[in-house]
Amino acid sequence: MRVWPWLLALAFTLWVLLPIYLIALSAFSPREAVYAWPKAFLPGSLSLETLRFFFGVEGVWRATATSLVVAGLTVAFSLLLGAPAGYALARFPFPGRDAFRVLLILTRAFPIVVLALPLAVLFLRVGLYDTPLGVALVHTALTLPFAVLVSASLFLSIPKELEEAAWTLGCTRTQAFVKVVLPLALPGLAATAIFAFITSWNEVFAASVLTLQNKTLTAYLLTLLDESPLPFKFAGGFFLVVPALVFLFLVRRYLFTLWGISHR
Amino acid sequence: MNTRYLPYLLILPSVLFLLLFFGWPVLSAFLLAFREGEGWGLGQFRRMAQDLYFQDALRNTLLLTAVIVPLQVALALGMALLLPRLGGGRDLFLYFWTIPLGISDLAAGIVWLAIFTERGYLNSLLHALGLLDTPTGWLTYEHPTALFLSVVAAEVWRATPLVLLILVAGLQLIPKELIEAAEVFGATPWVRFWRITLPLLKPSLQVALILRTVLAFEVFAVVVALGGRNLPVLAGEAYFWYADYQNPGVAAAYAVLILGISLAATFLYLKALRVREEVYG
Repeated sequence: MRVWPWLLALAFTLWVLLPIYLIALSAFSPREAVYAWPKAFLPGSLSLETLRFFFGVEGVWRATATSLVVAGLTVAFSLLLGAPAGYALARFPFPGRDAFRVLLILTRAFPIVVLALPLAVLFLRVGLYDTPLGVALVHTALTLPFAVLVSASLFLSIPKELEEAAWTLGCTRTQAFVKVVLPLALPGLAATAIFAFITSWNEVFAASVLTLQNKTLTAYLLTLLDESPLPFKFAGGFFLVVPALVFLFLVRRYLFTLWGISHR
Repeated sequence: MNTRYLPYLLILPSVLFLLLFFGWPVLSAFLLAFREGEGWGLGQFRRMAQDLYFQDALRNTLLLTAVIVPLQVALALGMALLLPRLGGGRDLFLYFWTIPLGISDLAAGIVWLAIFTERGYLNSLLHALGLLDTPTGWLTYEHPTALFLSVVAAEVWRATPLVLLILVAGLQLIPKELIEAAEVFGATPWVRFWRITLPLLKPSLQVALILRTVLAFEVFAVVVALGGRNLPVLAGEAYFWYADYQNPGVAAAYAVLILGISLAATFLYLKALRVREEVYG
């Protein structure tokens, strides 16, 4: 075995991990260390001071709670709307199926900037402006095409014969779905849910445009960027990264279903 | 229930939702952008084009895309081709390399801010190497190139994993027999790459390029986190016109411009990288 592929692979790994290490280091350093010159690359004195300062800033907890509500709603909408459509794509060769698929893939070519601005104007009129529900609806527009395509590929991977066997044993279509298909699809659907969650948690533009008082965490941090000191930014950045790390660990088995396949 | 109608019933909620929250806003963005007083016209676009930041924003966005996307594809291709040579370590490396997938653009901007800021880690490293005495602010208006490169670094770091996943999935679809056959006939690795791997990877490359280009045209939070408005970009201008100047019309004009170049790029990729049926036999 040759050595250079491993060296190269280690270099790539370092490139990915080093920035995450540095932001974690910044977030767990005391204030003086954040402003120190030159900076130490190894943790000198770890402290929770910077993180405590971040969470002590007014509005941070509230924005975090808003982010969680928005992401939760986005997950619910994506699954409730997306999974049935995915099941239809996987099980029925109906006329119009290809057109529906193309419609879903087409949504990728449209930037969120185009969606957010007109919806802000509409939401102002109908009372959805500055509400978690309004932001969640726009986030669902982003995640729904994914949810449909991913759940379609999940249901495709579950043999139709299992379902048919349940029918012959006296199950109705609904019973067979709930008792046979759903348990098998559950881990994949959970991964889809986590994907929708993190997409919503991370989204900045629409959330900023659609809210004023009830900002999500990303939108809130964005408005504070101009005036906030570095320790606040670093603690905030680190806090935004943590769910991403957890998320990737949870869905690692489904990486290709979530990203590789769904783009075809 | 008649199964003939069941699939339509199942997709109906999604279709309605997408029409309402995707189809309508896109149409409506055009209406907003072309509205002029009581009638229709190009007034919003004229205001956009006359704005001080417009030319810089357009140039920066196009330049960023032109630099970031090819870099990402090249890096991702290198990483994807490296994976099979890593034996049992493949899955672990793939796991590490895809970590930035879940990181938001705002967070990525802040992560790299910690590196590029005045008393950041880059300057500390330069100091340790004896190349820099005092802290220097790179992310300012006076250093447009440094600021530009910082954004490139953050974006390439954040979004290369997405390209990597698409390309790895594409590589797995290429039959091993083809490459082995070429090996038997004495094709060098270089020839095998150019004549077999790359042509067969075209569909995946197309998907990755379209996706990344569209996302690069709407780059926003990374830029704002690193340099505020020191490096104007189109999506940022749309945001500032909407949020700070309270002018949805001009903001919509920016949005329509972004949509226009996105669709143009998508069309170009579809044309230039046309996937011929015979590739699949």
